[in-house]
Amino acid sequence: MNSTGRSFAQPAFALASGVLFGAGLALSGMINPAKVLGFLDVAGNWDPTLAFVMLGALVVTMPAFRLATRTTGPWFAPRYMLPERKGLDARLLIGAALFGVGWGLAGFCPGPAIAALVAGEPRV
Amino acid sequence: MSPEFTPVHGFVGGLLIGAAAVLLLVAIGRVAGVSGIADGLLARVAGDRAWRVAFVVGLPLGALAYGIGFAEPEIRVDATLPVVIAAGLLVGFGTRLGSGCTSGHGVCGIARWSLRSIVATIVFMAAGAATVFVARHLA
Repeated sequence: MNSTGRSFAQPAFALASGVLFGAGLALSGMINPAKVLGFLDVAGNWDPTLAFVMLGALVVTMPAFRLATRTTGPWFAPRYMLPERKGLDARLLIGAALFGVGWGLAGFCPGPAIAALVAGEPRV
Repeated sequence: MSPEFTPVHGFVGGLLIGAAAVLLLVAIGRVAGVSGIADGLLARVAGDRAWRVAFVVGLPLGALAYGIGFAEPEIRVDATLPVVIAAGLLVGFGTRLGSGCTSGHGVCGIARWSLRSIVATIVFMAAGAATVFVARHLA
């Protein structure tokens, strides 16, 4: 496909993906910080829903990613742009830990935060 | 266990999130990591912005569409505004330093059996649970 076709197809498919993703966040309840904190509160009134969300997502992505990356490439881009870093390092561990603390403070991770703060009228 | 436990809605919502990630990979070769996609909005690499804008716009549109078509999702924020701001800074900085968040590491990375993503997911879940434990049960 030529670059003009791609420049239309890329945002169109990204929009469709974002819409599906946002609908999934709303349906699963993960758009609700109170529900996310319910998952992280293992010593309290534990709400395991988030684990089922991950399970549902991985049931789809695990086989599909494997099949997809065996093909020659994506429909509207030259190649798959997958993370290339390998191995564990301090940046990864410290970054994940800081993110986790922030996540636990308010119940927002990036996807739900964007979906909720724009779409909803959060009751703070 | 919480009476608000909703495994079926969670699982089906997860299927949608997984389908969204597969669509993005198969169509344009990108990993559906929300923190990375949003971060790239600021980088202003030529020809690399339109799809990011479209994805980020799609997130609230999808949530709105679900609310109109099915049920208004509950969004309850118990934290005070200063805590939300501090949390946002930690989430933003931490996901950039750690190269991903719940979607990039937790959904897409684990699907590729990435050791980095599996470890990152364990670390941020443990840190999140520890933070909630301190805030709710010790403070």
